[in-house]
Amino acid sequence: MNAHFGNDVANDIADEITTQIANLSLSRRGFLRGLAAGSFVLATGIRPAQAQEAKAPETKTQETKKYAGEAMSGGLRDDPRLFLTIADDGTVSLLCNRAEMGQGVRTSWAMVVADELEAELARLIVAQAPGDEARYGNQNTDGSRSMRHHFQALRRIGAAARRMLEEEAAARWNVPVAQVRAERHEVVHAASGRRLGFGALARGAAQRPVPAADALVFKTPAQFRYIGRDGIGLVDNLDITTGKAVYGADARIEGMVFAVVARPPVYGGKLKRYDASRAVRVPGVLQVVVIEPTPIPSAFQPLGGVAVIAENTYAAIKGRSLLDIEWDDGPNAGYDSARYRETLEAAAGQPGKVVRNNGDADAALARAARRVEATYYIPHLAQAPMEPPTATARVTADLCEVWCSVQAPEAIRSDLSKRFKLPLDKVVVHPLLLGGGFGRKSKPDFASEAAILSRAMNGRPVKLTFTREDDLQNGFLHTVSVERLQAGLDAQGRAQAWLHRTVAPTIQSIFMPGAKQEGAFELAMGAVDMPFAIPHVRVENPAAEAHTRLGWFRSVSNIPHAFAVQSFAAELAAAAGRDPKDYLLELLGADRVIDPAFMSDDWLYGEDPKRYAYDTARLRGVIERVAQEAGWGRSLPPGHGLGIAAHRSFVTYAAVVVEVAVGAGGKLTIPRVDIALDCGAVINPDRVRAQLEGAVIQGISLATVGEISFKAGRVEQSNFHNYPVTRIGAAPKQIHTHLVTPTGFDAPLGGVGEPGLPPVAPALANAIFAATGKRIRRLPIGEQLA
Amino acid sequence: MTTFTVNGSAHRHDGDPEMPLLWYLRDLAGLTGTKYGCGAGLCGTCTVLVDGQAARACLLPVGQLGGRAITTIEGLSADGMHPVQVAWRELNVAQCGYCQAGQIMQAAALLAKAPRPSDADIDAAMSGNLCRCGTYPRIRAAILRAAEGAKS
Repeated sequence: MNAHFGNDVANDIADEITTQIANLSLSRRGFLRGLAAGSFVLATGIRPAQAQEAKAPETKTQETKKYAGEAMSGGLRDDPRLFLTIADDGTVSLLCNRAEMGQGVRTSWAMVVADELEAELARLIVAQAPGDEARYGNQNTDGSRSMRHHFQALRRIGAAARRMLEEEAAARWNVPVAQVRAERHEVVHAASGRRLGFGALARGAAQRPVPAADALVFKTPAQFRYIGRDGIGLVDNLDITTGKAVYGADARIEGMVFAVVARPPVYGGKLKRYDASRAVRVPGVLQVVVIEPTPIPSAFQPLGGVAVIAENTYAAIKGRSLLDIEWDDGPNAGYDSARYRETLEAAAGQPGKVVRNNGDADAALARAARRVEATYYIPHLAQAPMEPPTATARVTADLCEVWCSVQAPEAIRSDLSKRFKLPLDKVVVHPLLLGGGFGRKSKPDFASEAAILSRAMNGRPVKLTFTREDDLQNGFLHTVSVERLQAGLDAQGRAQAWLHRTVAPTIQSIFMPGAKQEGAFELAMGAVDMPFAIPHVRVENPAAEAHTRLGWFRSVSNIPHAFAVQSFAAELAAAAGRDPKDYLLELLGADRVIDPAFMSDDWLYGEDPKRYAYDTARLRGVIERVAQEAGWGRSLPPGHGLGIAAHRSFVTYAAVVVEVAVGAGGKLTIPRVDIALDCGAVINPDRVRAQLEGAVIQGISLATVGEISFKAGRVEQSNFHNYPVTRIGAAPKQIHTHLVTPTGFDAPLGGVGEPGLPPVAPALANAIFAATGKRIRRLPIGEQLA
Repeated sequence: MTTFTVNGSAHRHDGDPEMPLLWYLRDLAGLTGTKYGCGAGLCGTCTVLVDGQAARACLLPVGQLGGRAITTIEGLSADGMHPVQVAWRELNVAQCGYCQAGQIMQAAALLAKAPRPSDADIDAAMSGNLCRCGTYPRIRAAILRAAEGAKS
């Protein structure tokens, strides 16, 4: 064993991390040593190279096609030596391999590992893994995947380390390992009453081979002390409530300067000429730097523009305001969202690429006793995390370092490695806490900008801040959609035919020139994976051209698809003169598991169809649960209404009942929302509830007030006065969350961060219809009730 | 030159008097607990106390703060045990946590004025503080919890 990675060093590092995490001050030395030096080991050292060679125990089949975490770039790692340190004093350090953006992943991962390790959660600290997918496995925090993909791997990490500690204790006592067991941070030999703390055992335990995955013994659910338990405090609670938590925007690197960038206001625009003579006279302004534009489609690369670098952010902003710039707006100069809506509607009126076809929808529509048709519109949205994109970079001749809040650190490494022609290991990304992400921070353009500017400043660290205006006007927006639905009902009001035309520019347009069709991943977010038992179904995708930079927004294409499908289900109920909940259940039909191929679902969220095929009984389950909990059918005061909607996304089933009150002048209030979720096993109930509460409010926000619009290629909104976000007074007074009781912890997990969002807007629109008879088909609701 | 205190410590600013307190705190004083969210007084993320009153640091030119006592989240309590901070932890209010410093400062100012706030008091006092994660139900509950805690 290499002495350089000996126990003293490991303990020193653990101590430093303890201190750093406790203080959360960004002392560079401690932070870098702790997180980037590759020193996280189980008490004593193995070299990083050895750790990388220590292949994750494979528990999966020999099939060539991979799913879930194993199919992700970098794969899935479960070697405890990569993620765990145990110091002499017993402090356990866990490297969290996913970005914390409010979903509680740091706490939830700690719960799982601590439980299987039999560690005390209070004696476990969580540090953030640096960007390095070759070493740690996939790190892209999106798609509601962190717990879904990693739960079993985290259990293996904890259980393997527990076994190593037990083996060490047994060897020291010269007793069979079967006679000892780990219990609350100690290993105990019951027969003799001997016990040794984890700290005392760690040094020896780390020398032992990591047990094979199939040799591991896991705790039973009855033995869990943290998994599935409510009321576990967040590991970051103290830091957050005392202002010590370090977000991407809070990195403080010695000698750093501060920058903002004036970017082309139109996607694809370029700098024509600029005059910085007034800007440079602002006290504190140090330099003005031109960033070259990236030709469109520009993927995650910077848009280009003029950067002002100053001694503080204020001087940079003030300097920028005094730049005199003329832009060449380029091919998207005419983008006008009101006119584009007409373009999308016209496209929805014509046949498009058939993306799902069962039976003969045209013939069934032609012979239907009654035809119902509706067209829905969902505008562009901005994620608008409270912390706008911010990154700090230091780029010298042979090393590029970035500190930022980021959902996908490896994307930064890959981009900057190519840009600066540096080997990947010379691009170091330190992920800090995210002040919200919602998809925006999976795109690392802001990190690239900071790095470009640091290089321009000869290696001086540069903190690049997106102002809120930049965030809204130069973002990666949610797409804009028109969804046209037609159905044919028979004489009894039963749906016999379903024709859905979904028209929306695709996120693929930022990578592929001329991409005009929704991708498989977009179509399988609620358009083709429509579960209703209707004999004749066709889904079409007419072409749509993108005119701005698009990106993922929490739950992505599920937003427009669920809004249209679930609003339309209620419209059909009204047409048939039926109760919306009863009719929804009838549309869903008899319980069955639907073959994804039948729905032409080529994506299934990257999951194995054998484990994750659409189970309509689970959607029925959440519909019935939420209806019961919300008191569906109860008598309501005048002006009140209840609406229901249900949607599966991220392989999780969700249903929502909204109660609205529509008062004089169309004033909308939302007294109560109930939401039921079936995500399989619930690991951290408190955080699942928190995600649902948040999803309800974010769903209400986008449904009532969220809209980004364009004129002359430019975003018309600039800040929270004209891109409003729901405030406390407009949020529901009551949100009741209902978690379907887990059937066990070995069943496949579903996602949690996103699935609560899609059913909210249609349930709200359906409630408004129940209260007023007015059907909302265009979001946001805005002044439509006035 | 402007002199004032931050969390009880004397501060002196010789630079641009127009610089908002927010950037003074974050970039010059190294107090990053106070966050930027909009720069226009629209989101409340940068809320601090000025002589005990909640104020938006992004709108306060440092040059106008002569003689004032500023309290930031770092100085709300010595040990994180202000009743609002305690209640925030007990109810796991935070999701991403970025807006919570501003929420906590606003809530502390509210409870200083209205020890037993009604729902309407909470709506009025907290409506300037945005949370994109949607923690409002727990913010409301935590304010009521803190009011209870302070009473007992």
